[in-house]
Amino acid sequence: MALSNIWIVTEPSNGSYTTTSLELLTHGRSFGATVSAITWGGNAALAAAAGEYGATTLYDVGDLGGALPGVPVASAIAALVASVGAPDAILIPNSYDGRDIAGRLSARLDRPVLTNVTDLVDDGGLATEHPIFGGSQTVKARFTGEGPGIYVIRAKSFAAESGGGTAASVVAAPSGDVGATGGAIIAATHVEERVGPKLEEAAVVVSGGRGLGEAEKYALIEETAKLLNGAAGASRAIVDAGWVPYSHQVGQTGKTVKPTVYIACGISGATQHMVGMKGSKNIVAINKDPDAPIFQIADFGIVGDVNKVLPALIAALKARA
Amino acid sequence: MNIVVCVKQIPDPAAPQSLDASHNLNRSGKLILDEADTYGVEMALQLVDKAGTGEVTVVSMGSAADVAGLRNALAMGAAKAVIVSDDALRGTDALGTAKVLAAVIKRESPDLVLAATESSDGYTGTTPVQIAELLGLPSITFAKSVAIDGTTVKVERQTESGFDEVTAPLPALVTVTAGVVEPRYASFKGIMAAKSKPLEVLSVADLSLADQIGPTGARQVITDVVTAESRSAGEKYIDEGDGAERIVGFLESIKVL
Repeated sequence: MALSNIWIVTEPSNGSYTTTSLELLTHGRSFGATVSAITWGGNAALAAAAGEYGATTLYDVGDLGGALPGVPVASAIAALVASVGAPDAILIPNSYDGRDIAGRLSARLDRPVLTNVTDLVDDGGLATEHPIFGGSQTVKARFTGEGPGIYVIRAKSFAAESGGGTAASVVAAPSGDVGATGGAIIAATHVEERVGPKLEEAAVVVSGGRGLGEAEKYALIEETAKLLNGAAGASRAIVDAGWVPYSHQVGQTGKTVKPTVYIACGISGATQHMVGMKGSKNIVAINKDPDAPIFQIADFGIVGDVNKVLPALIAALKARA
Repeated sequence: MNIVVCVKQIPDPAAPQSLDASHNLNRSGKLILDEADTYGVEMALQLVDKAGTGEVTVVSMGSAADVAGLRNALAMGAAKAVIVSDDALRGTDALGTAKVLAAVIKRESPDLVLAATESSDGYTGTTPVQIAELLGLPSITFAKSVAIDGTTVKVERQTESGFDEVTAPLPALVTVTAGVVEPRYASFKGIMAAKSKPLEVLSVADLSLADQIGPTGARQVITDVVTAESRSAGEKYIDEGDGAERIVGFLESIKVL
C-alpha cells in the first residue's frame, strides 16, 4: 500500500506551530504523499507556515472558544473522516493537548493508537519504533486493522526543515456539537517566566536531581546553566518533591532534549530520565555514586559531590567570562 | 461525592523489566500499586473528606492472582475495589482497556473519575481520555491541583509554559500528575480494615466486551524488539578537587567553551 494521504495535527504557537508539529510536517512530506495539516484558530500566517513545511491543505477547526483542544479537534477530525474519507495515517505530536486529541479521536473512530513513536518508516505500510525500558530496547510495531492509524510521535524524532512551499489552502473543519464532553473550559492562563533559552531548544542543558540534597541547591543548577547560556532541567524525583516546576522535567513524562551537551548533576539515571536525554550529543555526569547508571551513558563522568564540583565549576566559568 | 480512581498493579519498576515471548510485559513477579496511582487515590480521599459525604472506589484491570496493590489502596482509605481479571484480557491495548474500565465505571456512576496521566509500565497515556470519551464525560488532563466547587471541578492544568485554570461541570474525568498531593502511608488500622473491605473480581463475560479485547481487539502488532544502539561509557574521573577543571577541559574539547 503506497501512502497517498497523511493528516498531521499541528498545534498553533506564537503565530506558527510548535517545533514538534513542524518536525511531523517535515517527516510527513518525505513519504511523497499528500500532506494536510489540521489546526485551530487558523489565519494567514498559519496557512503560510503549514505550506512552507509541506502541507497543501490546512483544515481549520476555528476558534475553540476557550475549550481545551482535545474534544473539539478530535470531533472535527472524526467529521472530516466521515465527509472526505480516512487518510492512511494521522500523526499527532506527543504533547499535553496532542495526547488529549489522540485519546478522544481513538475512542470516536474506534481505532487504536500507537504512542511514544520515535520513528515512522514506509515499508509498504507504516512501521513504527518505540523506545522501552529507558531506551535500552526498541519495539517495532504496526497496525493490523482497518485505518486510519493514529500515531502519537515524540518530540525531536525528526528534524524540522522548511520545504519552501507556498501557503496551504484553508478549509474550514468545524467540530460540530460535542455535547457534555466539551465542558472543559480554560478560565485563565498563567505563564511561568523563565530566563534564557527554552529547555527543548538550548544547546546546553544542565539538570539537577536528588543528589543536590535540598531544594535551595537547585540555584547551583540555574547559575551553571546561565553561565553556559543553557537551560536548567530536572529529574522527575525533584519535580515530584516540589523543588522545581514540572516544566523543567526531562524524561519519559517530561521533555525530550537533544542538546550539544547535557550535564546531569546528582542524577542517578533512572530509565524514566534516560529516555528523555540519551539522544544528547555529549553527556557529562557528576554523581557521588561511581556505580550510578548515568555513568554507563556519560561521555565524561566526574565521581564526586555536586555541591563541591558545581561551585568550583561556577567559579571557573565566571573567571573566564 | 462518589469518586472512582483508576489504578493499575504493575511489576516493581525498580526490578529488572523484560518482555515475554509474545512481547507482553513480563508480569509474573510481585505486583505493586503503581506509585503514579497513589496520587489519585490520595486526591480522591481528600475530596470526599472535604465534601463530607460519599466514598472512593478503585477500579482496575489485570491479574487478580495478586491484589496487594488494591489492598494498599483500600488500606489508604478507599471503600471498595473492583478488578476485571480474565486470561482473555492478555494483550489488550489502551482502547480495549478503556472499554473495560468504562464499563465498570458506568456501573458506579461516580461524580468524578480520577486517573494518573499514564501508567509507569506501559505509559501509553491515552486510556483515561478514551474512558472519558466512551462515557461521554469532559476531561481535564495533567492536573497539578484539583478542587470541587459545587457541581464544578476546578483544575490547575500543567502546560508547556506554566499552567491553565480549567473548569468542567461534574461528572468529569481528571488525570493527576505526581505531586498533586502527598500520598499518605496506610496506617496499621487502615491495613487491618482493608482486609474486610469489598474487593470484587469481574470477568469479561460480566461486561459483554468479548470481541473488543485481547490481542485481536488491539489491531496492532509488535513485529520485533531489538536492542537499541547503546551509548558507551566514556572517561570517568574521581573528583580530587579538579573535577570542575576537568569538566571545563571537556567542554572546551567539544567547543562549547
